[in-house]
Amino acid sequence: MSTQVPETETEAETETEPAGESHQERRMADKAAKREYRESEKKAEDELRAAEESVHLKVFRYDPEVEDKQEPRFDDFYVPYTKGMTVLDALMYARDHYDSSLTFRHSCRQAVCGSDAMFVNGRQRLCCKTQLSEMAEPVRIEPLPHQDVVKDLVVDMEHFYDQMHAVEPYFQSEDVPSEEQRQSRENREKIKMSTRCIWCGACMSSCNVAAGDNEYLGPAAINKAYRFYMDEREDEEELKEHRLRILEQEHGVWRCQTQFSCTEVCPKDIPLTEHIQELKREAVKNNLKFW
Amino acid sequence: MSQSYNRGLVEDFSRWKEFSAGMWAWIFHKFTGWVLVGYLFTHIAVLSTAIPAQQGEMVTNSAGEQVSVYTNTLSLLESTFIVRLLEVGLLAVAVFHILNGIRLLLVDLGIGLESQDKTFYASLVLTGAIVIASVPTFMAGIGGA
Ligand code: HEM
Ligand code: SF4
Ligand code: FES
Repeated sequence: MSTQVPETETEAETETEPAGESHQERRMADKAAKREYRESEKKAEDELRAAEESVHLKVFRYDPEVEDKQEPRFDDFYVPYTKGMTVLDALMYARDHYDSSLTFRHSCRQAVCGSDAMFVNGRQRLCCKTQLSEMAEPVRIEPLPHQDVVKDLVVDMEHFYDQMHAVEPYFQSEDVPSEEQRQSRENREKIKMSTRCIWCGACMSSCNVAAGDNEYLGPAAINKAYRFYMDEREDEEELKEHRLRILEQEHGVWRCQTQFSCTEVCPKDIPLTEHIQELKREAVKNNLKFW
Repeated sequence: MSQSYNRGLVEDFSRWKEFSAGMWAWIFHKFTGWVLVGYLFTHIAVLSTAIPAQQGEMVTNSAGEQVSVYTNTLSLLESTFIVRLLEVGLLAVAVFHILNGIRLLLVDLGIGLESQDKTFYASLVLTGAIVIASVPTFMAGIGGA
C-alpha cells in the first residue's frame, strides 16, 4: 500500500487561478503556470540525478480529443525511486513533474476505493497496492484490457457498473425488521470474503469469457450476488429463487469456464471462482428437487 | 463519452504470454477435446473400409499373399512411421484430456480449488510421463526397434 506522504502543493497553484478576467492577469497566470511547470521539471531532473535509483515507466497514452494523441503510443518516464514507492506513486510523480496531462483515476491510495486498477507488466493490478520494487523494468502500464479507453489510463466502467447492478445488490425483504438484524457468526464468516469487493473491475478485465461475451455478468457481479444469496438475513424462499433465476440465465454462472483468472488478479483476494462454482451447484440443486 | 479506442483482437492474441495456468488448462482442454472428436471421425472413416471384408473380399498385399481388405489397410497404416507418431500424439491428447477432465470435474465439485494450478501442472507432468513410457510399445517394430 502507498506509504508516501503526498508532496505539499506549491503555492504557485493558488496564484495561477484566473481570478479577474483582465487580459493582463490571464497572461500573468499563464506565465506563472508555465514557470511552475518548468520548475517542477527541473526539480525532477535534480531529484532524478540525486536519487540512487530511478524507475523506468512505459505508460500508455491515448486521447481521442488531442490530435497527436489519437494514435495510441507509449511514453517513457524516469522517476526517482524512494523506498516503499508504489506504481501509483510513480504515476503521480510523472504526472506532477513531467506531463500534467497524464490521466488516470485514483483516490484513496490505500486499496479501498478501487479506482486505480490497471494493466501493469502484463497483469491486472491495483496500482496503489503494487510495490515498484516487485516490478521488472521497464514497468509497462496500460489501461484495463477489454474495456474502452476514454483517455490514457482511464477506461469506461459503465458496463461493469451495469453488470453489478443487474444482480440487484440490495436486501429485498418485504417486511421491514423492527429491530437490528443480527447475523450469526457462521453466516458472517460465510460471506466475509465476498463483501470485500471494491468494484475495481480487475476481475472482469482479466476474464476471457467476459471479453468474448459482453452480456456475461462477470465475476464481480456474481460475487455480489453470492453475498446476498448466502446472507441468511434475507431468508424468503421466493427471493432466493429470484436471485438464482438471475444467476442461472444464459449469461450468468454457466458462462464461467473456471479459468481462475479473476481469482488470481483480485486485489482483495476474494475466492471468486469458488463462489461462482458454489452458485452453480446451488442452481443445480434447486432445479433437481430430489436433492 | 468521447469516441474511445478499442484495442481489439490483435492485442488479445498477443497477450497469450500473460496467460495463467488456469487459462492454459482451458485452451489445452478445448484443443484436445476437438482433436479427439476429429480422431473419432477419421477412425470411423478408416474402419469403414472393413465393410467389404465382411463379405469376405480379399486383396493381394505387397508380399503377394491373399488377405482381407481390412487387414491390408491396417497393416499398411501400422507399418508407416507417421501413423505410429500420430498414435503417440493421440495418446498424449487423450491422456491430458482425461486427467484435466478429472481436474475440471473436481473443480466443479468445489474440491481443491486452491491448488488448481498445481493439479494442472500435475496433469501435464503425468501426461508426459505416460506418453514417454508408451513410446517403446507404440514404436515396436518400426525404425531401429
Ligand atoms: C474419460 C474421458 C473424458 C473426460 C473425463 C472428459 C472430461 C471433459 C470435461 C469435464 C469437459 C468440460 C470442460 C469444461 O468445463 O470446460 C470436457 C470437454 C470436452 N470434451 Fe471431454 N472428456 C473425456 C473424453 C472425451 C472424448 C473421448 C472426446 C471426443 C470424442 C471429448 C471431447 C470434448 C470436447 C470437444 C470438449 C469441449 C466442449 C466445449 O467446447 O465446451 N472428451 N471433457
Ligand atoms: S471482485 Fe476483486 S477484482 Fe473484482 S471488482 Fe471486486 S475487488 Fe476488484
Ligand atoms: S487509489 Fe483507491 S484503490 Fe488504489
